[in-house]
Amino acid sequence: MLYSEKVLDHFSNPRNVGEIEDADGIGEVGNAKCGDIMKMYLKIDNGVISDVKFKTFGCGAAVATSSMATELIKGKPIEDALKLTNKAVVEALDGLPAVKLHCSVLAEQAIKSALSDYYTRQGIDPLPIVGEIGECEHCH
Amino acid sequence: MEKRFIYADNAATTRVSEPVLQAMMPYFTEQYGNASSIYELGRSAKKALETARETVAKSIGAEPSEIFFTSCGSESDNWAIRSVCERLAAKGKKHIITSVFEHHAILHTCQAMEKNGFEVTYLPVYENGIVKPEDVKNAIREDTAIVTIMYANNEIGTIQPVEEIAAICREKGVIFHTDAVQAVGHVKIDVHAQGIDMLSISGHKIHAQKGVGALYVRKGIPMTNLIYGGAQERNRRAGTENIPAIVGFAKAMELANTDIEERGRKTAVLRDRLIDGILKLPRTRLNGDREKRLPGTVNISIEGVEGESLLLMLDMNGICASSGSACTSGSLDPSHVLLALGLKHEVAHGSLRLSINEDTTDEDVDYILEVVPKVVNRLRDMSPLWERICKEESV
Repeated sequence: MLYSEKVLDHFSNPRNVGEIEDADGIGEVGNAKCGDIMKMYLKIDNGVISDVKFKTFGCGAAVATSSMATELIKGKPIEDALKLTNKAVVEALDGLPAVKLHCSVLAEQAIKSALSDYYTRQGIDPLPIVGEIGECEHCH
Repeated sequence: MEKRFIYADNAATTRVSEPVLQAMMPYFTEQYGNASSIYELGRSAKKALETARETVAKSIGAEPSEIFFTSCGSESDNWAIRSVCERLAAKGKKHIITSVFEHHAILHTCQAMEKNGFEVTYLPVYENGIVKPEDVKNAIREDTAIVTIMYANNEIGTIQPVEEIAAICREKGVIFHTDAVQAVGHVKIDVHAQGIDMLSISGHKIHAQKGVGALYVRKGIPMTNLIYGGAQERNRRAGTENIPAIVGFAKAMELANTDIEERGRKTAVLRDRLIDGILKLPRTRLNGDREKRLPGTVNISIEGVEGESLLLMLDMNGICASSGSACTSGSLDPSHVLLALGLKHEVAHGSLRLSINEDTTDEDVDYILEVVPKVVNRLRDMSPLWERICKEESV
């Protein structure tokens, strides 16, 4: 398994690890059976993601993609976070081995899942804004 | 604590030992002859080849004529099964008995045989990772061509009751093959006394180089040709013999079978310290029977963490280890061996295999026992699965 230096860096020194106690949105994706669970906490002020934390159970790529995804959305407006693709996460990490691409999908979904929770808490139907959050492919 | 480098993955491969390397050296630039050549240089290569064969044979209680040199354990496994099956299929015997937790060199060969119309019985290994001889007995049929059960498991290190299985096969007139790649050099093997018909060996697991192995075939069991094109290996496996590798392999076999019990006892003490030390962590379990195991192999499941993350963090601390079989990495599914023990997927994902040897020191074990809990706690702190496990426990 050849990981890029950036992946190893984000794995060994993950950014934004932890929880936010008074989070405005929490999302969890993946399952233990497949060996990956990502949990994302968002703090949102005036439509901007003012803080983000994550917890991940999974391989090196799962930790690194979670870490990179939080970096890419921290301090950004919600609209930008909604547009974050797994491809952008992979590119920011200088690539991932093919068998680990699903980890980046999980990172994208974890953010969307947390934003869905945020909208639901606001009494807004998240579906038209966030869209459907699919199951991770490799589990099926 | 100062960072150390500790190689604890000897079940994956080993370092070529100094005496092995020294034994090989003359055969590269001085005694470089082709063993099939008539002149002195060739004759001396031939002599080295046959002396190596005698050494390998002697170390497992076989006759030299019962040893075929191969390129690796996987080749030996493939050849043994395919050869017996091809020959006995002609006599209407199209049934194989094996176990669910064999190495893929066995399992994938069996699957290939299934495509050729063979039926395969995969015996269970139960929670302790050991095949029951009575299961073998009950599975043998009129049309059983071969029983192939590994001597010791590569991932969890459990030693199988090969003598009992061999006796059952002998009584029923069925050929018994064992993949002994992990066992050779760690447990005393005497193929004739134990009634083993065929046995696979790999050189690089016992401090020889990669790319050399052997297959023991009891006298009287005909083999089909593996490679056509020459008279090497009694016309069965053509190709100029790799004399340096074979000479090194023989030296490794000789050394691995010297003081085998003494080395095993010494290594087992360190192994047991590792087991007891790591099991102090909550929610951990030793995989496979505690007693019937190789002296250097430890496999422990650590709940709430994922194996690859664990290996990467151990690597950052200078420790080389494995999570299940190295051959399994790259695949996303947890090890078939751990699932065969009845472990849940999420528990199997968090397994750690440490395989030490006689060169491992007390200090190495101290270091591992300091690093592993630190790394596990760090990963558990960021694991939502561990958070869930703790919550369920406190309810």
